[in-house]
Amino acid sequence: MYKYDEYDHSIVAARIDEFRDQVRRRLEGHMTEDQFKPLRLMNGLYLQLHAYMLRVAVPYGTMDSRQMRMLGRIARKYDRGYGHFTTRQNIQFNWIKLADTPEILEELATVEMHAIQTSGNCIRNISSDQFAGAAADEVTDPRPWAELLRQWSTFHPEFTYLPRKFKIAVIASDTDRAAMRLHDIGIQIVKNDAGELGGRIYVGGGMGRTPMIAPLIKDFVPFADFISYLEACLRVYNRYGRRDNIYKARIKILIHELGADKYREEVEAEFQAVKQLGIDPPQAEFDRIAAHFAPPAFETGLSDAIDRSDPNFAAWVDQNVSAHKAAGYAVVTVSLKPTGGIPGDASADQIDIMADLAERFSFNELRVTHAQNIVLPHVAKHDLFRVYQMLAHAGLAEANLDLISDIIACPGLDYCSLANARSIPVAQKIAQRFADLDRQRELGELKLKISGCINACGHHHAGHIGILGVDRKGTENFQLLFGGSGAEDVSLGKITGPGFSEDGIVDAIEKATNVYLAQRDRGERFVDTYRRIGMEPFKEAIYG
Amino acid sequence: MVDAIRFRDDEAHDEPAVTLDSFLGQSNATAVRIEAGEDARVLLPHLDRLALVEVSFPKFRDGRGYSSGRILREAGYTGELRAQGDVLVDQIPLMRRCGFDSFAPEAPVDAAVLEASLARYSVHYQAAADSHIPVWKRRNG
Repeated sequence: MYKYDEYDHSIVAARIDEFRDQVRRRLEGHMTEDQFKPLRLMNGLYLQLHAYMLRVAVPYGTMDSRQMRMLGRIARKYDRGYGHFTTRQNIQFNWIKLADTPEILEELATVEMHAIQTSGNCIRNISSDQFAGAAADEVTDPRPWAELLRQWSTFHPEFTYLPRKFKIAVIASDTDRAAMRLHDIGIQIVKNDAGELGGRIYVGGGMGRTPMIAPLIKDFVPFADFISYLEACLRVYNRYGRRDNIYKARIKILIHELGADKYREEVEAEFQAVKQLGIDPPQAEFDRIAAHFAPPAFETGLSDAIDRSDPNFAAWVDQNVSAHKAAGYAVVTVSLKPTGGIPGDASADQIDIMADLAERFSFNELRVTHAQNIVLPHVAKHDLFRVYQMLAHAGLAEANLDLISDIIACPGLDYCSLANARSIPVAQKIAQRFADLDRQRELGELKLKISGCINACGHHHAGHIGILGVDRKGTENFQLLFGGSGAEDVSLGKITGPGFSEDGIVDAIEKATNVYLAQRDRGERFVDTYRRIGMEPFKEAIYG
Repeated sequence: MVDAIRFRDDEAHDEPAVTLDSFLGQSNATAVRIEAGEDARVLLPHLDRLALVEVSFPKFRDGRGYSSGRILREAGYTGELRAQGDVLVDQIPLMRRCGFDSFAPEAPVDAAVLEASLARYSVHYQAAADSHIPVWKRRNG
């Protein structure tokens, strides 16, 4: 894991001092709320329906136990005893007092955490593969690249007042666990024919009201040009991105209007100028960062055998445990989606327990996933049963990873000032309808994602089944979409037709799953069957 | 208009800045104003006769001028580079890093707050159009 040096510490400390001063000036009336808003947003502080919400950055979703415990402490001391893990691999606290925020930031800084650029029209927290450093299928650990970008993008003087927010994801395997091509910039680290690592750069993806899949802009950018190339990508956007209409201000609209080829030409021209400036860090700096991500000291000679005599444990292993690159080890995903719970929420006690488990069984490491779960990346297989038992004791052993109840949901109208509809109750009703785990397993991988408004924080465009809450003449109404994916088979969902009431949408989903069960070919997931047979059979069942 | 806040030792330039169109149409102007949407690169052939470039910030949220400033400095412009308009105290440190050395905010700026803001960060992660040595260079000698 990356550890701060004196420079990182000094920058975070200066940021706290700066924010404390900004809060003071706001409270003393020297700044209007309009002037304060972008400043507090760039430090992750939102004014929501009922209170301030503070979003704390978890860079590329990686944390250690000490940091996780600090999140538990903040939940207890400054919030109502829980936190909400987000689709950007961050955590947000929903009941924060403005006057407490400088103190919270001080506490976070003691464990090398902050809330820098978790909101605002700047480069946001860099996201990555939650299995980075553990996945059997990666060409390299993507996190040194992500950390390099974290440092480059932190208080970037030119790109702090972009037309709109800017999200970057970095992965390093063909399997996409980070919705990479649905980001403003998606980067896949690949190896070229010479065996050299570099970035394959996709630009202009995103969800929101105009979902787009990012086109490939550059097939290979070597490390020596990496920062210059991204600087050029951002500069073209900063200069030419639309600022006349907030809904058309994301880079995806610029690239859609210019065309990927024209955008690429502009970036190439800019790159030729930028490359002369000497802004690319040397290989030594990359190596310094990468050394922090050296694999932990895995024991060798461990057995791959798992005692499956407890059927509930065996079911959990089958669903929530993934292949690790080291023999005798496994990756554990802790589901934050218990039936009837709020997707992504964890209590302070649960946060502490996950921190303890990471310390004892996972080389001190945890990850946050964009699907709002927690990962223990390096668990020895002979420890799996003990980990399972302790998770089960804390209500954290739901064996539903990637099943229909592993729902992504935005906070919705229960918290969010932008929402049109409540996402959480719909998620709870769906999870209850399909509560029987045997039934969920029969349905197989089924990614269900719910957004409470068109801004799509709940990734509904990328769900095998997506739900979009809208306001129809003062009543909450839910549109249904099929066929989206945020994985390597990336696609955007299509709306089935007229929307439903809260109960109606649960019925419609059940009917759709029945169509799937009746029509599926061997080995097909819900989304595969949908892609093969199309919308019509589903529509007939739902609306017929 | 209030006097500009300047970080230069030379005398303030007294010729008024002309629009980009008039500048390109007359050969003797030495001060030009570019609007947020105008392309700073069209000035590059004329940098040696420019003493002042004023970049407009119509709204503090409009960040195009940050790129304009850097583009001019990166091309070797050494004259006065002024940010004019809705320029707020919290933005001036970023603008300094993008090469601006003169500021004409529409609303007065608190001098004490500005001084503290400019002194706050002793190091910066990335290279920009100022003289700060980026952290990666400090780390690696």
